[in-house]
Amino acid sequence: MDYGTFQGILTIIVMVTFVGIFYWAYSKHSKSKFDEAANLVFSEDELAKMSKDSGEQK
Amino acid sequence: MMNHSQSTGADYNYTIVRQFALTTVLWGIVGMAVGVLIAAQLIWPQLNFETPWLTFSRLRPLHTNAVIFAFGTSALFATSYYVVQRTCQIRLFAPKLAAFTFWGWQAVIIAAAITLPMGFTQGKEYAELEWPIDIAITVIWVCYAIVFFGTIAKRTTSHIYVANWFFGAFIITVAVLHIVNSMAVPVSLFKSYSLYSGAVDAMVQWWYGHNAVGFLLTAGFLGMMYYFVPKQAGRPVYSYRLSIVHFWALIALYIWAGPHHLHYTALPDWTQSLGMVMSLILFAPSWGGMINGIMTLSGAWHKLRTDPVLRFLVVSLSFYGMSTFEGPMMAIKTVNALSHYTDWTVGHVHSGALGWVAMVSIGSLYHLVPVLFNQGRMYSTSLVNVHFWLATIGTVLYIVSMWISGVMQGLMWRAVNSDGTLTYSFVESLEASYPFYFVRFLGGCFFLTGMLIMAYNVLRTVKAPKDSLPALAEA
Repeated sequence: MDYGTFQGILTIIVMVTFVGIFYWAYSKHSKSKFDEAANLVFSEDELAKMSKDSGEQK
Repeated sequence: MMNHSQSTGADYNYTIVRQFALTTVLWGIVGMAVGVLIAAQLIWPQLNFETPWLTFSRLRPLHTNAVIFAFGTSALFATSYYVVQRTCQIRLFAPKLAAFTFWGWQAVIIAAAITLPMGFTQGKEYAELEWPIDIAITVIWVCYAIVFFGTIAKRTTSHIYVANWFFGAFIITVAVLHIVNSMAVPVSLFKSYSLYSGAVDAMVQWWYGHNAVGFLLTAGFLGMMYYFVPKQAGRPVYSYRLSIVHFWALIALYIWAGPHHLHYTALPDWTQSLGMVMSLILFAPSWGGMINGIMTLSGAWHKLRTDPVLRFLVVSLSFYGMSTFEGPMMAIKTVNALSHYTDWTVGHVHSGALGWVAMVSIGSLYHLVPVLFNQGRMYSTSLVNVHFWLATIGTVLYIVSMWISGVMQGLMWRAVNSDGTLTYSFVESLEASYPFYFVRFLGGCFFLTGMLIMAYNVLRTVKAPKDSLPALAEA
């Protein structure tokens, strides 16, 4: 395989990977998982409240 | 500074975060004060007092190293150690190693503050430090990576929050950049020669230089943004999906943009064009991230009226958007033919450095300091507001004066008479720049004054009696 063909294949692999990431990020399947992740910033405060109430922490 | 953490919830290691947070303010003042001094030297050259170690040539690398590696990187250490603990809901891994990164990093800063004014330098921009210090940085950085990724490995949450992805990319890439670019043959304790030469040396240097911008000054601070903007706004990030695409697109593209620093040089033409095209495409993920941050406020815009901390964060994103539009534009070869080697470049850098990096750090610190010292708010919210206006006006004065000065210099340098001779000598363009140098100096004074006010406010918050600063009721 010459260098040009190698570069061409590499470009296609990178492009497919990027489209794959895009598809994965925007698929319905990931929605609930990502909503949960986005709230990680706040779950800390709820955790603190919970541990104060029940006297234990996760 | 060492009082024990009484935080609610999990028992986090806040000692290390406190240490880095306070040194961020200290080194910010030192680095910016040196910046103001060298800005003044460009107007009044006698301010070097005929002393070698006070000359512009030695203090300029001290200024850049202090603001990037002492101020900016301390802010990144503080926020990454804080965010990784809180979003992984686990105490920091290897606390002794973490303490070593703090004291080690301070030692590196002191070593830089001594060797740079003495004139010891490798002559590579943002990588001036000589080889013994380079080795120390490598050791500390590897320990930083162990602490950070060790914490992620033992997390109790199933997800790795997006801010940690950005911090992680910053830590790994800076290690690679630093090691590759610092490869040198030592000839004595304070002198070494780079392993590279000629155009290859230039390319390695700007591959390093631009990715120091891309990964240290961008990805790291985007990690900060993805935690502190949602937190301060009280709502989750606008689109988590966009943040994932933002991350992968940004890190995949930045690494190629370096050649735009070497337009019209001995670097092969195709490499220059590749760097230009990659820089142009980089506009898309940059603005994707900026929009994601700003839109996080949708439905909470009214908070900007009452919360100067949120104002810092949002204005920093606006400056980020501005400079990531300006950057790709300046990477276009024909635009670069005008802008390169002029003050426009200096203005562009400070639009990013003051407007984005410093302001997002300051906003994050104002959020962080009360939490770290068990108070509901900063000692004075109105002083935070004063700081906000000083920082904004200072940045605008700086960048506008450098735009005008830079474009003027570019036009004067390229102007030719009908017989083909140059219309202006270099000194004529320098003389024309003096008024703008003064405005720039003024802008720097504004920004530095804001930092001094911040130091006072932080000190009063740290020293305040327990629970004496209750959080204000939500408006």
